[in-house]
This record gives sequence, structure tokens and C-alpha cells, in this order.
Amino acid sequence: MGGPHAVQLCRGDAGMTSRVKKWPGTPIDSEDLLEGRVTTVRFRPEAKYAWSAGEAMSRFLEELQRGRFVARTCVGCRRVLFPPRMFCERCFRPTDAWTTIRDTGTIETFSVSYLDRDARRIRDPILVGVVSLDGASPGMGMMHYFGEMTPQQIHIGMRVQAAWRPPEERRGSVLDVAYFRPLREGDG
Amino acid sequence: MRKVGVIGAGMTLFRRRLQETPKELCYEAARMALDSAGLGLADVDAVVSGSAPDAFDGVHMKGEYFLDGCGGYRKPYMRVFTGGGTGVFSTIAGWWHVASGLADVALVVNEEKMSSCQPHPQSVFAHIWDPILDRPLRPNLIWIFAMEMNRYMTVHKIRKEDIARVAVKNKRNAVAHPCAQLADPNITVDDVLNSEVMAWPVQRLDISPPSDGASAVVLASDAFIRRRRIKDRAWISGVGWCIDSTMWTDRDLVFPEYVARAAKMAYKMAKIQDPRREIDFSEPYDPFDYKELHHLEGLLLAKKGEAPKLTREGVTERDGDQPACPSGGLMGVGNPIAATMGIKVGELFWQLTGQAGKRQIPREVRTGVTQAWGDLMQYSCVVVMRA
Repeated sequence: MGGPHAVQLCRGDAGMTSRVKKWPGTPIDSEDLLEGRVTTVRFRPEAKYAWSAGEAMSRFLEELQRGRFVARTCVGCRRVLFPPRMFCERCFRPTDAWTTIRDTGTIETFSVSYLDRDARRIRDPILVGVVSLDGASPGMGMMHYFGEMTPQQIHIGMRVQAAWRPPEERRGSVLDVAYFRPLREGDG
Repeated sequence: MRKVGVIGAGMTLFRRRLQETPKELCYEAARMALDSAGLGLADVDAVVSGSAPDAFDGVHMKGEYFLDGCGGYRKPYMRVFTGGGTGVFSTIAGWWHVASGLADVALVVNEEKMSSCQPHPQSVFAHIWDPILDRPLRPNLIWIFAMEMNRYMTVHKIRKEDIARVAVKNKRNAVAHPCAQLADPNITVDDVLNSEVMAWPVQRLDISPPSDGASAVVLASDAFIRRRRIKDRAWISGVGWCIDSTMWTDRDLVFPEYVARAAKMAYKMAKIQDPRREIDFSEPYDPFDYKELHHLEGLLLAKKGEAPKLTREGVTERDGDQPACPSGGLMGVGNPIAATMGIKVGELFWQLTGQAGKRQIPREVRTGVTQAWGDLMQYSCVVVMRA
């Protein structure tokens, strides 16, 4: 550890960044850690959680098992709120009623990902993005995967529809929708 | 409210891995900041620290864990956390300690050690997502940047090379920064465009690296500054912050409205009416190259969709009319989340007091703005400083 390493710099002594001779910090690399060239202490936490889904999300997940998206309406701002919520963050009052919206929508944005969640490289890219759903207020939607389309075909503004898993495979999860696929002519 | 000045700054090297503990890094940065202000710990009335999620260090009560290194021992002390925004927000928390009259001198110390988390800090970034709606999809943090960048590029018809220019500018600027992790004097737009595709449109050289590091600033009241006859000071003339909902799939990602609201709050306090004319330079938050552009627009320093044009025309170069990230930014110096204070608030202090050495903007600068951004694409804080 250095002592006071920065020279006294106040009172018109210009150029702190050029006067400090040694900026503190000792760089090491991953091999230093893995091969024990620096002293390390290791710990692997055992952390497990069970989240109660709450009022709005419990109903939302139940309806997914029935193959439907639901939203909540607010008479204060006249929005159809999706994802559904029991209070309106804008009006700061309870929302008013459940409503079923459609399983079709529009791709607002997307990515073609060559990374999984641990930043590990994957060969076949994941198509993922935000879809705004028909029947909810404009621009309101959810993140999900896209399928039955190539990285060349996917585009912002593309019309899509939920590809539901078979009823017996649904678990009350956003994964009850396998992905969103292109909306076919005459569908929706 | 009392007038508050920044009177000292310090920082460590930014590197992928540093041997020092969080506590040791805090001490080094805090000691340097106090030395540069000509103060001792006895002069400090209150201490504020900032650090991003505890999961990186693997130590809960992280603020308490490293407080000795921050100089917080037996003093009024608090840690603040606003995600990636912590890098500028802790200075705002320090400011209110002094502006309110509670303290004459506040020491602000930020630390981040992302290397402790194995094998990669990405795995704990996964914990920021909504557990019911988002997490079953096993999202990667880079996805949200990719989605925001794609929306921004597509709506405004921005070419990828105009975004890559930001990475080139900042990594070249960082050559003059003694703490820089990813400076590169020879990098070209083609290097960025040819780098590995991580999550299109994000490529490897569009991203700042995870880093270890610490930084500190010393804040004091104008009465204290006069009494001690401190010459090197830069005044905090405006602060602002704002947050939007975590329901990020409900808003158009093309424009960060919450940044504009935070900026307007800070500009109002600083009595700035025309930011593009009245602000000489900026240190916007640039964890990804497109974020600098997005934030220049949010800070009202560029019209919507026009920040890429400013970059292409050289306006935001260090010797341009409106330099952005003269420090080298997160893209070039590194991204130890909260510790980026050293290249944001710290850089404003060094530039405004003429102490930036080889990074000094080659004309007189009197007003600068810095900004940080965080949480789930929803939070921003802004600080305006004057010479």
C-alpha cells in the first residue's frame, strides 16, 4: 500500500494527472488467480428462492395456461395495461378490470444473440426482442423469443403471433408461449 | 442551499483484475483525493460511498464492509446505490450533505470489484431481471443493450459505422488517461465493425469491459473553500435525477425520456436555458458506444437522432466544438460501475481546474455536464459543474 502518494496539488499546482507518478492498483490476470499465484479465498453461495407471484401476475400466469393474454384497464388514464398490474403507476390508484387481449402483435425491437446468460458463446443464435400486443395500449408488450424466421427475415415492425405450447405442456409460465412466429396471411 | 465545490479527486487504475481488496482500493482513491485537496480525514464531516450490486463482491452490506477504506470510521456515513447511475449519484448525495449545511466537507468514495465473481460477472447481472416475466427466458444483460441499440438505429436510420466512431474516439482519447484499461491509439472503425458479434447489433468492440477500480472526490462548502484559500475548485451548479418504471417493455427505447427529465432538473438549478450553447463539454455515460449518442440526445446536447452526425463531423472530439468523453470514457478507460465517478465527476473537476494533463481540452472550458445511467434502462442522474 502506498503512503500519501499524491503530491500536494492545491493552490495552482497545475496538472494533477501528469504529476502523480504512480497511480495505485496492482493488475493481475485470471491465470494468477486460477494457478494460485495470488492468495485467494473461495465461496459458493447456496441461495434458492420461491417467489409468490402476487395478485396480478398469478392471474396472468393462470390465463397463459388457458392460452390467453390478459391485461388490466385503468379508467384514470384510459390505458389497457400490459403486463397487468393491480395499481396504475401513473394515476396511482387501483386498476379497474380484467380484459383479454390478443396473442398477435408487432416486433418493437430485437437482437440476434450469440451469447447465453453467462456470456458463453453459442453457435445457433437466439432471436429475442420486445413484442407489443394487439389490444393493449400502444407500445405495451413483453420480451420473448422469436421463431420460424431467420436472422435475415426478422425486422422491426414485423407482425407476429404467439406459438403456444400444447395445453398439457403449459406450466403457468411465460414459457407457455414457445416463441412468437410470423403472422400468416389471413391469421389474427 | 449553500454553494458546493469539488476540491479534490483521486482514482486507482481501472483493470480487469486488481489484487487489492475493495477496502484497499477505497483507501487508495480516498487518500489521493484528500491529498489533492490538501485535507486530512479530520477535516471531513461526512462520508458517502457508492457501489453497484453486492453480488459482484459476494459480500452483502458492502458499504459497511469497505467503510474503513472510505474514511467513514466513526463518522456520519452512508452508501447509496442507483445501479449504473451510482457513478454520478453518490456525488449528488455528497452534495446534499454540504448544500444542506449539515457538513462543510464531504468525502465521496466509489468502489467496484467485478473480478471476484466467477466465471464472469454476467451471471449475477441475470439477477436484475423480473423473476416472473423475464427470468424464465434466461436473458443476458447484453440483450437489453442490443434491443435498445437496434430500436435507436432503426427508427433514426443510423448506420453502424456512425456508432462505431464513438468507440474509436473514446478508446483513442483514453490513450492520454493514466488509468486506462482499453486505450488504443490505432483502433479504426473497421476494427469495431469486424469484431465478434455478441448480440447483434452489439459487437465486442461496442462494449466497455468489466473492471476493478475505485475513485473519490472531496466536496466542500464555499465558506470552507474561502477559509482554506483553496484555488483548485469546480462548483456544482446543478443536479438532477429521474427514474422510469422497471416495466421497460412498455416504453419506446428510442429516446431516454428519464435522462431528459433529469437533465432539465439540473439545468433549471444551474440556470441553463440553451444547453447546446451554454455547456462547453460533456462526460455522458458510455458503457456501450451508442449510449454516448443516446445520452447526448437525452442531455439535450443534440437533437433526436442527430448525435451520430455530431460524432461524424468531429464536433465531439476533444478538440471539437462540443467535446464528449474527453477522459476516454467507459469505452476506453474501463467500466468499474460506480467507480466510473473518476472519469465522470473526476474528469469534470480536472478539466475545469486545468489539471487534466494530456487530456486537457485545448481551449478554455467553463461549464461541463456529466451523467450516469442504470437499473433496467430506466434511471439517470446529471451533474452540471462550473469553473
